Amino acid sequence: MFLQTVLMALREIRRNTLRSILTMLGVVIGVGAVIALVSVGRGATQKVTEDISKLGKNLLMVSAGARVRGGASTASQPLVMADMQAISREVAGVHAVAPGSTSTQQVIYGNKNASTQVTGTDNNFFEVRGYSIDKGRTFTQGEANSGLPVCVIGSTVKTELFGTQDPINALVRVGKVSCTIIGTLISKGTAGLGQDQDDLLLMPLSAFQRRIVGNNYISLILVSAEEGLDTSIVAESIRALLRQRRHLPIGTDDDFNVRDMAEIADTVTSTTNALTALLGAIAAVSLIVGGIGIMNIMLVSVTERTREIGIRLAIGAFAGEVMMQFLLEAIVLSTMGGVIGVVIGLVGSFFAARSLQLPYVIPPEIVLLAFAFSALVGVMFGYLPARKAAQLNPIEALRHE
Amino acid sequence: MAAPAMPVLSGETLIQLRGVKKIYGEGESEVRALAGIDFDIQRGDFVAVMGTSGSGKSTCMNILGCLDVPTEGTYELAGVLTNTLHGDGLTLLRRHYIGFVFQGFNLLSRTSALENVELPLVYRRVKLRDRRAAALRSLDLVGLSDRADHTPQELSGGQQQRVAIARALVTDPELLLADEPTGNLDSARTKEIMELLVELNRTRGITIVMVTHEPDVASYAHRVVVFKDGYITEDSRPERAH
Repeated sequence: MFLQTVLMALREIRRNTLRSILTMLGVVIGVGAVIALVSVGRGATQKVTEDISKLGKNLLMVSAGARVRGGASTASQPLVMADMQAISREVAGVHAVAPGSTSTQQVIYGNKNASTQVTGTDNNFFEVRGYSIDKGRTFTQGEANSGLPVCVIGSTVKTELFGTQDPINALVRVGKVSCTIIGTLISKGTAGLGQDQDDLLLMPLSAFQRRIVGNNYISLILVSAEEGLDTSIVAESIRALLRQRRHLPIGTDDDFNVRDMAEIADTVTSTTNALTALLGAIAAVSLIVGGIGIMNIMLVSVTERTREIGIRLAIGAFAGEVMMQFLLEAIVLSTMGGVIGVVIGLVGSFFAARSLQLPYVIPPEIVLLAFAFSALVGVMFGYLPARKAAQLNPIEALRHE
Repeated sequence: MAAPAMPVLSGETLIQLRGVKKIYGEGESEVRALAGIDFDIQRGDFVAVMGTSGSGKSTCMNILGCLDVPTEGTYELAGVLTNTLHGDGLTLLRRHYIGFVFQGFNLLSRTSALENVELPLVYRRVKLRDRRAAALRSLDLVGLSDRADHTPQELSGGQQQRVAIARALVTDPELLLADEPTGNLDSARTKEIMELLVELNRTRGITIVMVTHEPDVASYAHRVVVFKDGYITEDSRPERAH
């Protein structure tokens, strides 16, 4: 009987094809929009989190100067080698520490030149930031200590200056210094905010300090926390250590800054999640509007088919069966709309993800939820017309013209 | 279901109305559609119900058809007292005992003759295969088995009424209620339909109660009952012309 009623509903829907399609459209758009928006939102979240984790695993970044909102950081005591060694030695849960002093410099090779981020660092940098050598080698201990001008270049710099040529042992000019290339890095691609992570040149910290910037400061200390550790605890330990080393009295603000990449990732993720939820909720409203469309058409349909209802009641249909017929018709309409909406939502978000260069994420629970909601819309908005149909008096219904 | 070869006029009572009143509205605007009638119909009878509009005949037919219940008095159909029933109980009685034929045919449009005839069986939960077979048998009975896949739009008025009769017969009812079955048909079709009804009454023993305005049509029946102002004013068994 149930199957029979579903078939009856399908036939009724086919009978008014155009009207049925238009009625379904509301639900199609609602479900499609929910799925597409949530899918793209999830994709964006995933992309941002991936990009942030590309910067390095469990990365903490320590720099001098207080965190000032909406202004330049205040001048303060710079960080030096001793600070870095102290962090490495005294803070529990630190896996590796690397300096990361940077300065933007012109790099010249032959008649080509490129402006790039020059970073003074040591071999720990590769591990902390997750870079690995493509060709050549990392710095030797001698190079690190003596301040010899050697460098490792990222793939962007390599392509700009050398094209397809082998850059190993070539001599480039970095600012005013001649520098020998000893290695190249494997490409890491673009990071979170569109930064090119391959546009860099690494040289030993001593060489950078002595030959490029001319001081012994470290503008950034990169700390990699041990795997599985809560980075915020490590960040707190570093803060405490630096406050002590800088003799900051209790009650004063930090004059340095410890940034926790995991924390930033969390913030970004929760922001995009909130946006996704908001957009999804707006889309869900259109689903309800679609449901009202179904109710409207079902009410019209009940009036149009009053006589048919009278016939059915006279020849032996229970009121409940008539009710079920109209309810199922509404449900079939809305779930068909739901199915089409799911397909359109998934296809739409696939192309959206592709054109926005985001990963394509199918949110299975949202697909299920949107579909279930579309069926629920059918029940909710089909109930009233169906009850109206079932409550018709067969005598009057049969007299209806 | 009833045995197909019921003897005509067995003497058993199928329908028994006692002191039936139907009153619409209240007080000043009170309308007595039925003012208190006693009315028996035996199994196998063929009764024509006549009367002007407002005479109470339609109300009486609605009560006989279990579409409505009396305000006062009792109605027993095949020994079942209908007064205490309503809604689904009345529906069950209709399912078991009654087939309807209407003046306007009342077939589902854009639905084939076969499916129209099947419909009462759908609500009786008959399996598809049995349903098809029964519907085809019923269509055969009215001489339309070759039009099974035609929709009402593709059939003439007379053919549509035959489909409607087939639909009423498919459940093998004891009682066939026909509300001006020839009201929309020309005299040639009227003759066909009436002959079919007479035939069904004679060979299958179906009790038929038929409303009509035309004495000519009424003359096919065994018994003619005339309603006026909510009462039965005439109840006769005329010599049959047909």
